[in-house]
Amino acid sequence: MTQTDNLLQVKDLKTYFFTEDGIVHAVDGVDFSVKRGEILGLVGESGCGKSVTSHSIMRLIGQPGKIIGGEIWFDGKDLVQLSERELRQIRGNRISMIFQQPTSCLNPVFQVKDQVLEVLQIHQQMDRQHGTARVHELLKMVGISDPERRAKAYPHELSGGMAQRVMIAMGLACTPELLIADEPTTALDVTIQAQILELMRNLYRNTNTAIILITHDLGVVADMCQRVAVMYAGKIVEQTDVRRLFREPKHPYTQGLIGAVPVLGVVKDRLEVIPGSVPNLIDLPRGCRFAPRCRARLERGLTICAEEEPALRPIGLDHAVRCWLYE
Amino acid sequence: MAGYILRRLLSAVPVLLGVSILVFAFIHFIPGDPAIAMLGERATPESVARVRTSLGLDKPIWEQYGIYMGKVLRGDLGTSILRRDNISQELLKRFPATVELALAALVLAILLGIPAGVFSAVKRNSWFDNGTMLLSLVGVSMPIFWLGLMMQSLFSVALGWFPTGARLTATLKFQSTTNFVGLDSLLQGNWVVFLDWLRHLTMPAIALSTIPLAIIARMTRSAMLDVLGQDYVRTAWAKGLRWSTVVLKHALRNALLPVVTVAGLQIGRLLAGAILTETIFSWPGIGRWVYESILARDYPIVQGVTLFIAALVVIVNLVVDISYAFLDPRIRLQ
Amino acid sequence: MNDITFDEISQRAEAITTPVRSPWAVVLRRLARHRSAQMGSVLILFFVLVAVLAPIVYPYNAIVDSNPVNRLKPPSAAHLFGTDSLGRDILVRIAHGARISLGVGVLSVLLAAVVGVLLGLIAGQAGGWLDNLLMRGMDILMAVPDLLLAIVIVAIRGPGLGNALLAISVVTVPGYARLARSMAISLRENDFIMAARSLGVSTSEILRTHILPNSLSPIIVQFTLGVASAILEMAALGFLGLGQQPPWPEWGAMLSDSAKFLGAGAWWALTFPGLAIMLSVLGFNLLGDGLRDVLDPRLKR
Ligand SMILES: Nc1ncnc2c1ncn2[C@@H]1O[C@H](COP(=O)(O)OP(=O)(O)OP(=O)(O)O)[C@@H](O)[C@H]1O
Ligand code: SF4
Ligand SMILES: [Mg+2]
Repeated sequence: MTQTDNLLQVKDLKTYFFTEDGIVHAVDGVDFSVKRGEILGLVGESGCGKSVTSHSIMRLIGQPGKIIGGEIWFDGKDLVQLSERELRQIRGNRISMIFQQPTSCLNPVFQVKDQVLEVLQIHQQMDRQHGTARVHELLKMVGISDPERRAKAYPHELSGGMAQRVMIAMGLACTPELLIADEPTTALDVTIQAQILELMRNLYRNTNTAIILITHDLGVVADMCQRVAVMYAGKIVEQTDVRRLFREPKHPYTQGLIGAVPVLGVVKDRLEVIPGSVPNLIDLPRGCRFAPRCRARLERGLTICAEEEPALRPIGLDHAVRCWLYE
Repeated sequence: MAGYILRRLLSAVPVLLGVSILVFAFIHFIPGDPAIAMLGERATPESVARVRTSLGLDKPIWEQYGIYMGKVLRGDLGTSILRRDNISQELLKRFPATVELALAALVLAILLGIPAGVFSAVKRNSWFDNGTMLLSLVGVSMPIFWLGLMMQSLFSVALGWFPTGARLTATLKFQSTTNFVGLDSLLQGNWVVFLDWLRHLTMPAIALSTIPLAIIARMTRSAMLDVLGQDYVRTAWAKGLRWSTVVLKHALRNALLPVVTVAGLQIGRLLAGAILTETIFSWPGIGRWVYESILARDYPIVQGVTLFIAALVVIVNLVVDISYAFLDPRIRLQ
Repeated sequence: MNDITFDEISQRAEAITTPVRSPWAVVLRRLARHRSAQMGSVLILFFVLVAVLAPIVYPYNAIVDSNPVNRLKPPSAAHLFGTDSLGRDILVRIAHGARISLGVGVLSVLLAAVVGVLLGLIAGQAGGWLDNLLMRGMDILMAVPDLLLAIVIVAIRGPGLGNALLAISVVTVPGYARLARSMAISLRENDFIMAARSLGVSTSEILRTHILPNSLSPIIVQFTLGVASAILEMAALGFLGLGQQPPWPEWGAMLSDSAKFLGAGAWWALTFPGLAIMLSVLGFNLLGDGLRDVLDPRLKR
């Protein structure tokens, strides 16, 4: 695996929140990579740091948070070190992002068309007239019927699914190389979820855009992704291609997740079936973060788990695991 | 939207009615005989009788209210006791001076308060932010009459930069057609008068603007902070916009919504504050007039001006609510 | 200007950690660390101390007895803040004035809070026409600007400290009534209280044990800020000659006396009473601000 295959490579990323109650180690040494034109799934329980990871890539971490270490390589540049001006050339242009709550992500006081148009104006220097035509095209592309009329709508007049389509249109306006989709369907009805995923799959086929698809839902992962990174308590615990992940999951946490999905492709709402819960990210356990919930550790009688943290190690071609079982 | 405006209009009616009852009743709360209270113990029986009839105190109370409201609705606020002036006419003659002062103060408060609030929010916890917030707290803690007096003693008495009071230098002869001296002099191209008026306006306007300025700055800051944490602002950043566009276009437009309401609520405060400011600076508006009338126990004037100000406050709040609805598409398009 | 970055100006509105109803010990600890609460408390304590000690340190007649020989003397060792137009020591008068300003400030707001909260709770609990009537009444009072209403009330009832106190109370009531009403309503819909009701707990019991304790935080904040405006209003009434009558040393009335000698350059007679008003009001405003930050996590930081 050489650097050039990778569109994006995240190395040892650390993003902490400095709160009154202590330091929240939301992202604590995350490594993963995305290849050109692939869909990478990023899965894990609620609160494990998926959103913080994705926001860190765009450098959208607000106070009291801070990226305190690591590298994010994109097209030969480390996004962590980039100046604000250089970053602006990338945001919304070469990497764009869609979020979990589409309706609250659109500015309530502007018409939809102006919000999409803005991206074209700043990154492609389009004038208003050409831009507006392009906006209508984009809205049509994301499956909005009667785009001329809908373009004039305000966000509160749109349904959640419609708003997410607008967000996707906005995200794809400049044909980015990478689209980060942070649980794009979690807030939507089941039928709308399916439509949005279908839309994303079609757009993916027609463009060369790579996608990081963040989700709770292993069914979605199986359906949409080529590769998967599994995240637990601020760290990646396993990364491999989707077939291998489902066929031979290595990490006990991944095994638990997949064991919780009885039939491949059957949608599970939440990954909450492993007993216990994500550790408090302020006072993390010493050693492996999964240890308190890990049955394999008990079965094998591994004592090192509670003392020393395992590293993320390659155990096969494009397969890495963070677990003492495979040392 | 039309429904909203109609509902809002209708809701103002009972309040206005209530205010009229309150103001009407106030003469009856005066302990003892109101006529004697106004004229003093040594009034002649004839003049007492005259005041009693002119106030309608000899009729049953509901009838008195009916007559009073009938007159008010025709724009008649009665006659003053001491000088037998027509109160409505006097009011209209003096009101422009108060409007000049209050508007000047409001404009100052908005022009300084909103940028200060935005900048404080953007530079949260910087020395600018901390300084502005402390200053604004000092601003709302300051008796404006004291500020006015201090300014007079420094800038008028000691330094002689500004006049201590009045609206124009007495020796300047100026015939104002609308009673808006600033506007008239400007329209007539009479710069001497205009500049003189401006010099007289400066200190009272600054004194009167302190509290609204402080309130608007604080409100803008907190609304801005709230908005800057919203998802749509994060989206704006994610689009690759520069910070000034994010702040001044995406965030400010939303943050201004609550600020408009707060600015509107300052009208009442400005009119009440005008009582103190106009008294100190001898500004010939309705604030000083109402105060002088209280000292002279000319209650019909107090009654008329109070009703006028209350009605004005209700109407301005109504206008603010409706303009808020126009600014916010979520309400406009309902 | 340099580029400002997202992390410099963005924070999530829903700050993460603070529990909504913190135990009082936690509140106090946070308050003790809050800078404006610290400054406010120091100022308030200072004025309370002055008010308590004034009659002990300074004889009573020092505030009233005029002494024409000494009139309008600038600050000196004998009279730190100078003397007023009747030759009385301004420092002594300010110290005694603290009793009036703080006393009236706290008392009037206390009165208003009790009446207002009661009215609001009744309105919120009763609903229907009674609610409508009470709240329209409050709207009417609020339509007349506070200071104007207070002035009119004093004008009717005659100048004096008692009437000024009453007037300030009256104009303060509507704020509390609205606050208490909205809480009563939001809590009326609260599941826990519905359950208590279905178990046959009486309304007054629910009010006492659930609604009031929960509404305490905003009421405390409003109380503190209310004292600040009450002191200001008292001073304004005093300045207009409608509050405490001479020779008693009320700060606003002292200023109105000094204002007559503006041309004489007696800056001390103007500066110190005004500073006393401003600093005491600032104290309550600072503390109120701190309390709001600590008690209302939504507005944190
Ligand atoms: N602004 C913040 N301040 C403090 N802690 C934060 C903040 N934002 C996130 N965190 C913490 O970081 C951790 C990771 O949060 P994150 O939102 O990335 O989780 P997630 O994996 O996206 O979960 P979900 O599936 O619920 O979206 C959480 O424990 C959260 O409490
Ligand atoms: S390292 Fe130990 S505790 Fe952690 S997952 Fe592997 S076996 Fe379980
Ligand atoms: Mg998330």
